[in-house]
Amino acid sequence: MRYAYFPGCSAASTGISFTLSASYVAKRIGLELVEMPDWCCCGTSAALVTSRDLAHALPARSLALAEQAGLDLDVVTPCAGCFSSLKRTVHYARQSDKNRHRLEEIIELPYAATADVMSLLEVMARPEAMEPLAAAITKSLNGLRVASYYGCALVRPQEVTCFDDPEDPQSMDSLMELAGAEPVRWAFKTECCGASHQISEPHGARRLIARVFENAAANGAEAIAVACPLCMLNLDMREAGINESRAVPFDIPVFYFTELLGLAMGGSARRLGIDRHFWPTGKAVRKALAPPPEPSPDNHSTSELPQEVTVA
Amino acid sequence: MSRIGVFICHCGSNIGATVDVPKVVEAARTLPHVVYADDNKYTCSDPGQQSIRDAIEEHDLDRIVIASCSPRMHELTFRKMLHQTRINPYLLEIANIREQCSWVHKDIEAGTAKAIDLVRMAAAKIDRDTPLYTTTIPVNKRALVIGGGIAGMQAALDIADAGYPVTLVEKEPSLGGKMVMLDKTFPTMDCSACICTPKMAEVGTHPRIEVRTCAEVEKVAGYVGNFEVTIREAPKHVDYELCTGCGLCESKCPTKITSEFDQGLGKRKAIYKPFAQAVPSKPTIDAAHCRKINEGKCGVCEKLCPTGAIRFDDEEKRSTETYGAIIVAIGYQLIDWADLYGEYGGRVASPNVITGLQFERLVNASGPTEGHIQRPSDGTEPKSVVIVKCVGSRDPHKGKAYCSRACCMYGAKHAHQYLDKVPDGRCYVFYMDVRTPGKGYDEFYMNTQRDGAVYLRGRVSKIYEQGGKLVCLGEDTLAGATVQVEADLVVLETAMVPADDADRLGSMLGVTRDKDLWLSEAHPKLRPVETNSGGVYLAGTCQGPKDIPDTVAQASAAAMKVCILFSKDELESNAMIAGSDVGLCNGCGACVAICPYQAVTLEEVTRRENSVMVTRTVSNVNPGLCQGCGACTVACKPGAMDLKGFSDEQIMREVEALCL
Repeated sequence: MRYAYFPGCSAASTGISFTLSASYVAKRIGLELVEMPDWCCCGTSAALVTSRDLAHALPARSLALAEQAGLDLDVVTPCAGCFSSLKRTVHYARQSDKNRHRLEEIIELPYAATADVMSLLEVMARPEAMEPLAAAITKSLNGLRVASYYGCALVRPQEVTCFDDPEDPQSMDSLMELAGAEPVRWAFKTECCGASHQISEPHGARRLIARVFENAAANGAEAIAVACPLCMLNLDMREAGINESRAVPFDIPVFYFTELLGLAMGGSARRLGIDRHFWPTGKAVRKALAPPPEPSPDNHSTSELPQEVTVA
Repeated sequence: MSRIGVFICHCGSNIGATVDVPKVVEAARTLPHVVYADDNKYTCSDPGQQSIRDAIEEHDLDRIVIASCSPRMHELTFRKMLHQTRINPYLLEIANIREQCSWVHKDIEAGTAKAIDLVRMAAAKIDRDTPLYTTTIPVNKRALVIGGGIAGMQAALDIADAGYPVTLVEKEPSLGGKMVMLDKTFPTMDCSACICTPKMAEVGTHPRIEVRTCAEVEKVAGYVGNFEVTIREAPKHVDYELCTGCGLCESKCPTKITSEFDQGLGKRKAIYKPFAQAVPSKPTIDAAHCRKINEGKCGVCEKLCPTGAIRFDDEEKRSTETYGAIIVAIGYQLIDWADLYGEYGGRVASPNVITGLQFERLVNASGPTEGHIQRPSDGTEPKSVVIVKCVGSRDPHKGKAYCSRACCMYGAKHAHQYLDKVPDGRCYVFYMDVRTPGKGYDEFYMNTQRDGAVYLRGRVSKIYEQGGKLVCLGEDTLAGATVQVEADLVVLETAMVPADDADRLGSMLGVTRDKDLWLSEAHPKLRPVETNSGGVYLAGTCQGPKDIPDTVAQASAAAMKVCILFSKDELESNAMIAGSDVGLCNGCGACVAICPYQAVTLEEVTRRENSVMVTRTVSNVNPGLCQGCGACTVACKPGAMDLKGFSDEQIMREVEALCL
């Protein structure tokens, strides 16, 4: 498993925990990520509202440079926003030679659009990754009730993303199950987190976060797993603020799915970046890693608290 | 040497506006063998036809070309005209200079040039036309109706009342179809069962109608007037000759199964009548669930039956009979929304998200709740109901692009019924448009709004359970706002889609299916109940979504067509059919494989070839079955197969006239 890697702007900043945990997991399952040369901003929603050409040209430039460097690999990106931008560009370029030539003209580089773009979630949910994952997972997460939150960009529009069910996706749920967590059946898997409206339209957008927590709580979730740095930021950073106006506050920590996989592989909270979260994760991590309360003779669980667990 | 007459039609300004007709006439006069050419304002009119007849006499014409509208429009008209002359009706070619020329072009010069090309091709082709003659085939005056819903029953009754015997085949244990599941019918709110069950009884007792339930059509051979149909009857495990329908067996049967008739909301026994007024009013054993049949234990029904009618060893029956005409009335089914709408909960949706047909059973006095509207999850009365229209219809992205036609009224009826039974309840209807064409329909919809139903224009984007309620997220596009409605019960008005059997039956009968698998009528306007297969007619929703009045009207129309067919003792066969040249045929069988009507067979012939008697396998066309589609002529490698009126020779002359 070898992929070209498009980190995106959040990888070394707001999404550092995603990077830490993803590389921890990748190393243990033989997933090699080769960073693309001189990659630039994917354009995100800002480029899309500015100019359609710009929104396609920015990802095309990064993809074309990888081609030029002889990086004959499919592209993987951890960020759902980058995934959406890159995937949209490949889709556009493959629609017609006219489209592709237009991009080549703008970026002044040849671009063949041969490489596919995948999200990190899609790559990890593939059978060739699930197998080594199953082998590398040494601890069960003790049936921690995890609500998998895919957000809007990973599965939609389906004609472009070609990944999982757009209304009731299952890939992250099966990864959580593999790690010994109990996937929560809930209704808000693909609802919007408010994205950047949380900054520009905070009043209306906060409600979008609140209802995600509401539905997760109503369905008994003890944690939420995400696969997008912006979902993470919006949920994790703003949970405290949302609780200020609630009689009964939420207490649901938010994890990158790779963090939970890493925990199940025996990784420490510090190593995986879990100690960098805003909302305390201690209770959920303790439940996930606690030895079964009354071990019976036929229970083969080997859960033990790892030596280096540090809890935020 | 042929003597061709060419007649160019202006069709008012339909052709005249884009084609310079006098110029086409001029050009036609210069074509080989054309001895006369003229134009006419309306060729199909009486004076138009008379002028052709006069020209035939005056100029001793022996074949004619008419350049006008599509042959689908008036070829038959002009053939009938030729019947009154000495020219064979098949020595006629139509050059379509309207639909395929004047209507689709704007430039007069180019339009005229194309019209001249089309006329030149037709004149070249008709030079090689030969007279064709029809033969007669006998008509077997028995009708087969497939499907015992309201359409099939109406058609069977009409044909039987006209004096012809009918066999009605129904795959379920009872007649009635979907209509008998409905509680009330819009817009008059008369009880569906009250108007449907008398028809069922009438069908069941009619001296000229033979009803076969639990039966399916397995094989159809033959052609109009002479269909050989094999009907398979599943074992009922009850001897209907002995059974009196007392119901003792059903009351004591220990096995309870989800009722199909109650749409999964109620229970039935393993020996059962689907509903109280079933016709025939006798039970059948569901072999898949019967303990005696599966485990060898029980047999209570057999012990109790006062007439000894139970037959656990009953077997499937097959019979082959001859019919002159077939009416297909296999109806519809509802789209499986759960696979398409994950946002409404999909396969793991709340039990309180139900379909319109399930609501019908809930609100029906003989339904599982005796007409009390209750939530399937806990049996409580819902205080707020959301009705979602266009689920699976008018939604090409998820379901079907077409409008399902009956659901606007169906939804309004459900809202009305709910508000009638739960006066303090609230009812919200999400809609895209309200389409209520029909007598008394819009008035009904207005009344429903006056009843208090809140109509919200927009689709529902999500339905999920939270806090014991079904939260419906949607949009009110008139207010320009998103809305959230908390409901106790959600009713989805789902799209009608073709019955499972439509594809299989369609290909067996040679009836084409449209892109959504609805069975296709022969002409969308002028032949709405006929199909492209002679002697096969359509009734009801198998042809497309419709409500009960339209279904009944179409069923009577189909019955009328059958009666017209049966009013003759013999039929004129199609003259333009395929024929094989035995001398050229090498018996490869490509024609047999490609024929959609099973009209071509291989047979052995012994004949003299090069002074020697030889026996060879060659193809043979059944003139009753052949519909003249021409597929075999293209598949035939040695060029033995020719379509009369469209021979390879004629087509080549046409191509030469265009290209050389």
